[in-house]
Amino acid sequence: MKADVPPSGTPLVELKGISKRYGDLLANDGIDLSIEPGEIHALLGENGAGKSTLVKILYGVIEPSAGEIRWEGRPVTIGSPVEARALGLGMVFQHFSLFDELSVAENIAVALSSDWSLSTVREKLGEISRTYGLALDADRAVWTLSAGERQRIEIVRCLLQNPRLLILDEPTSVLTPQEAEHLFTTLDRLSSEGCAILYISHKLEEVRRLCRRATILRAGRVVATIDPRASSAREIAALMVGNAVGEVRTDAPHHPQGETLKVSNLSMPPAGLHGQALRDINLVARAGEVVGIAGVAGNGQSELFAALSGERLADRPEALAINGKPSGTMGIDARRRLGAAFVPEERLGHAAAPSHRLSENTLISHAATEVSRSGFILMNAAKRVARSIIQSFDVRAPEGDPQARKLSGGNLQKFVIGREIIRKPKLLIVDQPTWGVDAGAARLIRQALVDLAREGSAVVIVSQDLDELFEVADRMAVIHQGILSPLKPIGEWTKEAVGLEMLGVAQAQGGVHAV
Amino acid sequence: MTTFEAILLTIVTASTPLLIAALGELVTERSGVLNLGVEGMMAMGAACSFAAAVTFDSTLLGVAAGMMAGALMAALFALLVLGFAANQTGSGLALTILGLGLSGLIGAPFVGARRDPIAPVDIPGLSDIPVVGRLFFEQDLFVYASLALTILVAIYLVKTRSGLTLRSIGENHTSANALGLPVRQVRFWAILFGGACAGLAGAYLALVYTRFWSPGMTAGRGWIALALVVFAAWRPAWVLVGAYIFGAATVLQLHAQAAQFGVPSQVLSAVPYLATIIALLLLSIRHGRAIGAPGSLGVPFVPDR
Repeated sequence: MKADVPPSGTPLVELKGISKRYGDLLANDGIDLSIEPGEIHALLGENGAGKSTLVKILYGVIEPSAGEIRWEGRPVTIGSPVEARALGLGMVFQHFSLFDELSVAENIAVALSSDWSLSTVREKLGEISRTYGLALDADRAVWTLSAGERQRIEIVRCLLQNPRLLILDEPTSVLTPQEAEHLFTTLDRLSSEGCAILYISHKLEEVRRLCRRATILRAGRVVATIDPRASSAREIAALMVGNAVGEVRTDAPHHPQGETLKVSNLSMPPAGLHGQALRDINLVARAGEVVGIAGVAGNGQSELFAALSGERLADRPEALAINGKPSGTMGIDARRRLGAAFVPEERLGHAAAPSHRLSENTLISHAATEVSRSGFILMNAAKRVARSIIQSFDVRAPEGDPQARKLSGGNLQKFVIGREIIRKPKLLIVDQPTWGVDAGAARLIRQALVDLAREGSAVVIVSQDLDELFEVADRMAVIHQGILSPLKPIGEWTKEAVGLEMLGVAQAQGGVHAV
Repeated sequence: MTTFEAILLTIVTASTPLLIAALGELVTERSGVLNLGVEGMMAMGAACSFAAAVTFDSTLLGVAAGMMAGALMAALFALLVLGFAANQTGSGLALTILGLGLSGLIGAPFVGARRDPIAPVDIPGLSDIPVVGRLFFEQDLFVYASLALTILVAIYLVKTRSGLTLRSIGENHTSANALGLPVRQVRFWAILFGGACAGLAGAYLALVYTRFWSPGMTAGRGWIALALVVFAAWRPAWVLVGAYIFGAATVLQLHAQAAQFGVPSQVLSAVPYLATIIALLLLSIRHGRAIGAPGSLGVPFVPDR
């Protein structure tokens, strides 16, 4: 069991009045936080609440504008990650701080002080791996590893330095449920050995599973410090978001019919050096339903999206049919003219041009069917379309016709999804519809996707957020190493079954990871 | 000495400057910085080394001046791309134009001057072996230095901690910064090393290869060195191989011109450059991202503090 230290005596680390200002934005506003030795302390908050900024300050990556940090009661300045590590802080980053082309051992050595030779690193790596059950092959290049294995590298890298405080930033966002459970066991064990853990997350279930104390941030401020086990999920969510978030209504009756999208035996070689091949994909999306595609990042989701949208063409037209018309070799606009619409994963740079105005950004997809005539842009029409997207999808944007990059992530995402829905597509394919979006915007987007399906369109959602898929999808499949599992009604899936598919265990083919 | 022997010797001489400049650029690029100014730094190295060597009648001072000139040009580039996070492509091209112009100005008083050849290292006995003797054991010091440099760079990158840090920074500067590695400091020294090597290559051209100065004498060798780095997939051993292939192409086309195959001489002179383009093309056709390219190559770095 956990050795919970009561909040008495000197805290291990204490933050007092930490503030960080970026221009007009106050990312952190007078934050107080204290962590006891051996405690697992949660830092909860929506995307953009200031969690990442705060831990980067603690780890010496970012300089605070104001405030004080006390380490075991002594005031300290943490000027760089090197100084942070010397104090006894270790950090596991959300987007891993790893080097793809280097080996596991090199990745670990590079963060350690120079008196660690590569051979000592190898030796210690083996030791730590055995002690904590974190299996790693020292000589593999990182790009060949799964997200779970990459995270192990980060954890081992911290553990080699005997940290007093381990910081984990959204550690489960890229893990399968099984990998996450394995991580929790490791963390429990570290905590019982006296290592404090600052656990950053926006997932309530995990925090209730792991932590006795949670500090909740909203808009850069501490709104409460609570015991997550003593409060209901609804109460905590309300604290995080500021007001209660409604649930997505999905209970409207529906009778999906037809084959709006039919993918038959679609295979594709990988696009880049480290890309994933698609192997023999079969998929049908019917009018009126939401189809979800789950999977751990990097298992072929972006390749599948590129193949469906026409960014990469299939080698034969029959591989993909939209509304019954073979369109595997058609380009993006040709597919749009058949009634399809696409929203790629990356908002800035893929779905929208950052320095172009919203009206100009409508052209990206609308030019296929409207707002242009004989090659000339109908600017007034584009502006009208932009205005109606802003109104119908509650896009909160600066006055007038701002550049896309001036919008916050959530508002821009509402805009790019609204831009496609407003075209009334018969088929909508969305990659990661609510990635990095606040709860309010996420709910609005999910509702809009469900509503579109209920009005008779087919909607395909590729997402790494399992909760999201369980909430909105009618049928779901899991993609693993470029192979798509059979589509099953959502009611027939359990989280565990999805997890097994994500690991490829269900497919009983190579790449089974130790869990 | 047979013609064959003479050809082999000139191939070594033609390859050495390419090798030195490409090794310097390789280190710069492995740290994640693309410096397209090699041609300009080389030209400055050639002009300054020749000017110093003639003025002080000292090859050693000439070489030192050439390396200094290359490093100074590189420091200017570093100020732009590290200090102001300027676009690396634009800054590099500007450096080439500046270097070509400025070298003409510095070298102008020395047009027409000549330097005596540098005495080769003569290892008695060994250099008397037919054919290979003179090839392997009677070269000038630069040739041996360039070979040693190849080995040193290879060992530095793969075997040392400092080399590991440099590769990590080139691979992903955001992660490196998050871990607290001194991104800009390491890149500064890598850029300076690249500049000193380009300057040394220029000095070799002026003091050994031609032994006179004329404007534009680098004749695109800086660009070939750049292409070599890509051709070699950012590996020192392959830079060595590539440099000698390109050196051979340069020399053999001269002999082909002399032999009068009925091909216009201009076509033959273009051969090394055509080979450069074809090498780059083949690489980009085979791989989406050029194989071995550092992940952060050419991306400006702004620390988030």
